[in-house]
Amino acid sequence: MTEHTLHQEGHEVPTVFTQAQLGWLPWLEPFPEAELTERHWAGLVDASRAKSPYFMLLARDPDILGARTKTDKDIFYNPEAGLPRAERELAAAAASRLNGCIYCASVHARFATHFSKRGDDVQRLLDLGVGADLGPRWNAVVAASVALSETPSRFGEEHVAALRAEGLDLAAIVDVINGAAFFNWANRLMLSLGEPELPKG
Amino acid sequence: MSFDVIDHLAGLAPDGPLAAIRNVRRQAREQAQASYAALFEASELADMSLEERHAVATFVAALHRDTTISAFYAKALPDDLAITVATEATRGMASGPFGAYPAGPLSAEDTTGPVYTASPGVAPRLAAALNHAHMLVFHLRDSSPAHLQALLDAGWSTTGIVTLSQLVAFLSFQIRVVHGLRTLAGA
Repeated sequence: MTEHTLHQEGHEVPTVFTQAQLGWLPWLEPFPEAELTERHWAGLVDASRAKSPYFMLLARDPDILGARTKTDKDIFYNPEAGLPRAERELAAAAASRLNGCIYCASVHARFATHFSKRGDDVQRLLDLGVGADLGPRWNAVVAASVALSETPSRFGEEHVAALRAEGLDLAAIVDVINGAAFFNWANRLMLSLGEPELPKG
Repeated sequence: MSFDVIDHLAGLAPDGPLAAIRNVRRQAREQAQASYAALFEASELADMSLEERHAVATFVAALHRDTTISAFYAKALPDDLAITVATEATRGMASGPFGAYPAGPLSAEDTTGPVYTASPGVAPRLAAALNHAHMLVFHLRDSSPAHLQALLDAGWSTTGIVTLSQLVAFLSFQIRVVHGLRTLAGA
């Protein structure tokens, strides 16, 4: 079989950062659903992900997909201790805004708004970028996430001190590190294996 | 506690305070380790060899200027390949992220930086992987189907491209977690 890239046509690509629900179209052929084995289902973690072209493309290597997904779920969904969920999502949105992943930023900006009820501040991050003034505590979370995301990373003791000054304990700071670092993983897959689309109609 | 590569690279004592804090997210810690194992202790290697995996990881860590992590992955490479990868990383040094947005209002934020092309002496399949890894590390928003086509043209399968992409993306995570934990340990 000759393998080839997929040319997606007839859709509208988002040209601004948004909290709207976007679609995602793959540039490579996802794994065929009819050929999924037990190992692939285990890699998908949630059976509903078999409907997602993104997860079905990643299912071509099921072991790393499964471990990736379980890492993601614990960093962001584990309710125990650490950083409030809203601010874990803020770290994800900030990393995605810096890296330029419009799709990832849309999902995690929406979640940050949901948990924080600060939709206007979240939108300012999207509209103005990572330098937007969101108040001292959110500024510290964004600055730390951005510094960690840059290559090479600029995250330093001054970021730790700023987070501590805003009341974050060690477990919360580790959540900022994990949350921002994880989106350096996710952004690279989302941006390079396909493209976002605006909802039709 | 069995060997944990992030603790090892960050220089954390297994029974120290930061290792204990990492256990607040025990599944994240265990699955980060499982991710490492899925990539570097994989049993199915037809689409990307172990040598290719370690070569790309060494390159990605070196582009992040992390000599400890780069040396960790380079240990698995034959000396001549380790030297080649180190030389290529030196040629590829840059600062990121940079790149272009889809044409529109965000174009005002477009920035440019050095685009790396592997030296002619690097074997074509590895050269294509290093070119792609460099793009993913520094200018990920420049991604396009043409970048994937270049990998297919160099002999990469669709599945191999997924593994390569996961490997570079995972390293981008691992290197930042290690950097963050080291910083915390010193703060």
